[in-house]
Amino acid sequence: MKKTIFLAMAVFLLASSFKPEGGYKVGDEAVDFKLKNVNGKDVSLADYKDAKGYIVVFTCNHCPFSVKYEDRIIALDKKYRALGYPVIAINPNDAVTHESDNFENMKKRAREKKFTFPYLQDESQTIATSYGATRTPHVYILKKEAKGNIVKYIGAIDDNSDDEKAVKEKYVEKAVDALLSGKDAEPNFTKAIGCTIKWKKS
Amino acid sequence: MFMLYVILTALWAGLADTPKVREISLEQLQSATLLNNDTLYVVNFWATWCKPCVAEMPYFEEAATKFEGKKVKVVFVSLNYPREIASVDKFVKQKKIESDCYILNAGNPNVWIDKVEKEWGGSIPATLLYKNGKKLFFREGEFTQTELDSIIKTGLQ
Repeated sequence: MKKTIFLAMAVFLLASSFKPEGGYKVGDEAVDFKLKNVNGKDVSLADYKDAKGYIVVFTCNHCPFSVKYEDRIIALDKKYRALGYPVIAINPNDAVTHESDNFENMKKRAREKKFTFPYLQDESQTIATSYGATRTPHVYILKKEAKGNIVKYIGAIDDNSDDEKAVKEKYVEKAVDALLSGKDAEPNFTKAIGCTIKWKKS
Repeated sequence: MFMLYVILTALWAGLADTPKVREISLEQLQSATLLNNDTLYVVNFWATWCKPCVAEMPYFEEAATKFEGKKVKVVFVSLNYPREIASVDKFVKQKKIESDCYILNAGNPNVWIDKVEKEWGGSIPATLLYKNGKKLFFREGEFTQTELDSIIKTGLQ
């Protein structure tokens, strides 16, 4: 009985203040999008005719973990764009409550850090919701297959946000390398500490 | 008289310098909160850089006061990097946090997050309630005071 009350309360609380759980699992087909890049132009996955896949990174300006990973995200793009897996960065945060994540500040940050990849604003938050992103940074590696863009990896960039030199497991690199050689990513799902995505108050 | 003043000042300074935040491993944390007793452990994972975490800390402190005398124990676990222990210590002292404070040193998050909670994606704040060595409740996200109070009330029943 006690457990039932608890469960009911938990469900109520979750329903009242959080986005529903869900989003993609490895093997699902990921939806394409049309989001505004910091250069003012819209970007879709379909624009990349020659890509073999994509490294989609939900990230932002304000989160210290995202900032810690900026250089590593640039390095990923530099290494893997030429091999057919470009980085596509998406900022899903509510810019009303988090001014540092608004479009002007995204442009500024992209310029300061000389982002080599598109940095897109998911203003309606529908893409982050469809993908099931919960934190920043949160990576989805997609592979272009006959039936569409299939999710092959979800999770962290590596195992040490604090110190790049102390990294033992480069999860994203390992996953893309596996995909490039025709294998599956292993592991294909990892976790990391990060900032919550700042959802709009409904 | 002057000597007494010096001694008292030194004692006071020593007291103020006593660290509030202690480093803890995951095993130590679990053995301190997954106890086979009827105390309700409210374990909150936070960090100084996490604004919603810092915003809800007073609610936990308020709850700890409100339910004083009941078997409730609030435990704050900082996910700042262990090397930041001094600044976390300063932070909780400035905020006058009364509840127990730790900083977690657990290595690769991809390994330890699942050991805490399979449902946890890794964002903070995250809060768990334990009683009698069992998890009663988990949430990834923040609380209001009312929500927290009612979850603790339910946990105490």
